[in-house]
Amino acid sequence: MKMRFGGKLYLSKQSLLGEIGFSLYKAVTLTFIVLVTLYPFWNTVVISFNQAVDTTRGGVYLWPRIWTFQNYKSIWVTSNIPHALFISVARAVISAVLNLFLTTMVAYALSRKEFVLRKPFTLIVLLSMYVNAGLFPNYFLIRNLHLNGTFWVYVIPTMISAFNFIVIRTFIKTIPESLFESARIDGTSEFRIFLSFVLPLSKPVLATVALFVAVGAWNAWFDTLLYNSAKPELFTLQYQLMALLQQSMNQSKSAADINSAGMAANIIASTVTPMSIRAAGTIIATVPILIVYPFLQKYFVVGMNVGSIKE
Amino acid sequence: MSSVAINRSPGFWKRLSTQRQLLWMSLPIVLYVILFTYVPLAGWTMAFQDFKPTKGFASPWVGVKWFAYLFSDEQFVMVMRNTLAMSFINLIFGFTFAIGLALTLNEVKSKRLKSFAQTVSYLPHFLSWVVVAGLVSTILASDGVFNIVFQWLGIIKEPKIWLGQPKAFWWIVGFTNVWKEVGWNTIIYLAAMSAIDPALYEAAEIDGCGRLSRIRHITLPGIKSTIVVLLIMNLGWIMESGFEIQYLLRNGMNADYSQSIDIYVVNYGMRQGNYSLATAGGMFKSVVNIILLLMANWFSGKLGEEKLV
Repeated sequence: MKMRFGGKLYLSKQSLLGEIGFSLYKAVTLTFIVLVTLYPFWNTVVISFNQAVDTTRGGVYLWPRIWTFQNYKSIWVTSNIPHALFISVARAVISAVLNLFLTTMVAYALSRKEFVLRKPFTLIVLLSMYVNAGLFPNYFLIRNLHLNGTFWVYVIPTMISAFNFIVIRTFIKTIPESLFESARIDGTSEFRIFLSFVLPLSKPVLATVALFVAVGAWNAWFDTLLYNSAKPELFTLQYQLMALLQQSMNQSKSAADINSAGMAANIIASTVTPMSIRAAGTIIATVPILIVYPFLQKYFVVGMNVGSIKE
Repeated sequence: MSSVAINRSPGFWKRLSTQRQLLWMSLPIVLYVILFTYVPLAGWTMAFQDFKPTKGFASPWVGVKWFAYLFSDEQFVMVMRNTLAMSFINLIFGFTFAIGLALTLNEVKSKRLKSFAQTVSYLPHFLSWVVVAGLVSTILASDGVFNIVFQWLGIIKEPKIWLGQPKAFWWIVGFTNVWKEVGWNTIIYLAAMSAIDPALYEAAEIDGCGRLSRIRHITLPGIKSTIVVLLIMNLGWIMESGFEIQYLLRNGMNADYSQSIDIYVVNYGMRQGNYSLATAGGMFKSVVNIILLLMANWFSGKLGEEKLV
């Protein structure tokens, strides 16, 4: 933070002090924000690489005391993480592709001013943002459609979101009409125009929406609990982590009651603890987000700004 | 040519038949939206029945029995208190911290420093609540870093199990929400700030205005309408205190303060199979939401701000 005194010779002594105080405030605030945001990850990384029993002695905050991969190894074996990882990736990718294709298609059709059903159809889609029947009415719909216990329950109920619809439609409206006009005069069908003009031209906004949908799908876990909790082969990574978390919460609760003696014996018997397992699981679930984050970051501000423009 | 009004056009069906392609591209998706969003509303009938999954919608009708039960249930009163308390904490924290951070970031001259701070502070927004709950319970554990820092600062004498302290729960949820969303929430304020004419700042500086008075007299008035619209719209969501974080961090010790309306619904429905009561609770929430939203929208229009619905 440079202070440019040169141009501010007219500053009184008081406001000079104010400037220095303000710079100090900024430095402290930003450092605090960065530390408070990043430290929980670092703390968790350190615990995930520290020998589990040693962690319970406390004091593992900045660097592992006794290095080990045991936490990761045991989580990898016992929770069938590779398979959960596969389900989570499949869900994120398929959701993103279907969302993009369908949302862009309907957004294009409903951006055509001459379409006689444009207004009622648009209203139906937009109002869905505010209508929510609630947990169990939705639950019984899924059951009646026999989607529960299948992979498709992760994808089919969330194929269209009104918010993404607004974002994509706003973008399509910025594409010059003349482009479609000339294609239409050449006798190109609307679907063809959608495929070969609208989709490729909307790439920047589609990248944003795809990332948002994929992250949302990746982060979901409650639908697994609700619909697929009897199907271990359909467990997602977040669901597995949720189970680990609940387990460790319950154990630490009883540990709090028993305190030292009984608990210590328990821990010594095993090489890992719920806490270290939880730390390793948290890191496994975070790393993929960290990998896509640079791409995500490039696009989301653009997407947010487009989305905030209302018609 | 394309802006001819629908009702004055020669023949609706004739025009529609020339627009078959557009119809085929939109109708299936509109039907899909109807099926997944509007059809489940029919399930609200469950709230007026003694619903048994085996009998389905042929279950006996009981009128407003479940609503009467709801409003006389002591637990529901507690649940409403928790929901509203956590909502208000989230609302107030959400606004003050985000506006404060946005004002700070806006004053940072160095582009690189600013974008670094932004990049870091947006990150938690993209994490799942499961990951966040994992991080929170590590930090708040009895030998966690939170206890160490607070002991070092002399605020507490003995390490505490924070998630076992019922009264601390609302604040844990409040600060966790701030941690996750504060950076993300600054985006909209920073966008509003970047629209303020730089000439105003220059003029103020020449007039000898200090930093704080520039913030008070230029920046804050410049983002006032954004703040007002967001505040009003957020009042419309006051029944939504969040679900996942409460579900993930609740335990036997904090149950009296962690149970929100959504958790109440899940508990009655999933654990006890009382779908009728669960639906009544959910329906009550949805109806209050819609009323509040319409009121907020109307109020926003009254104030001369942009209507959001």
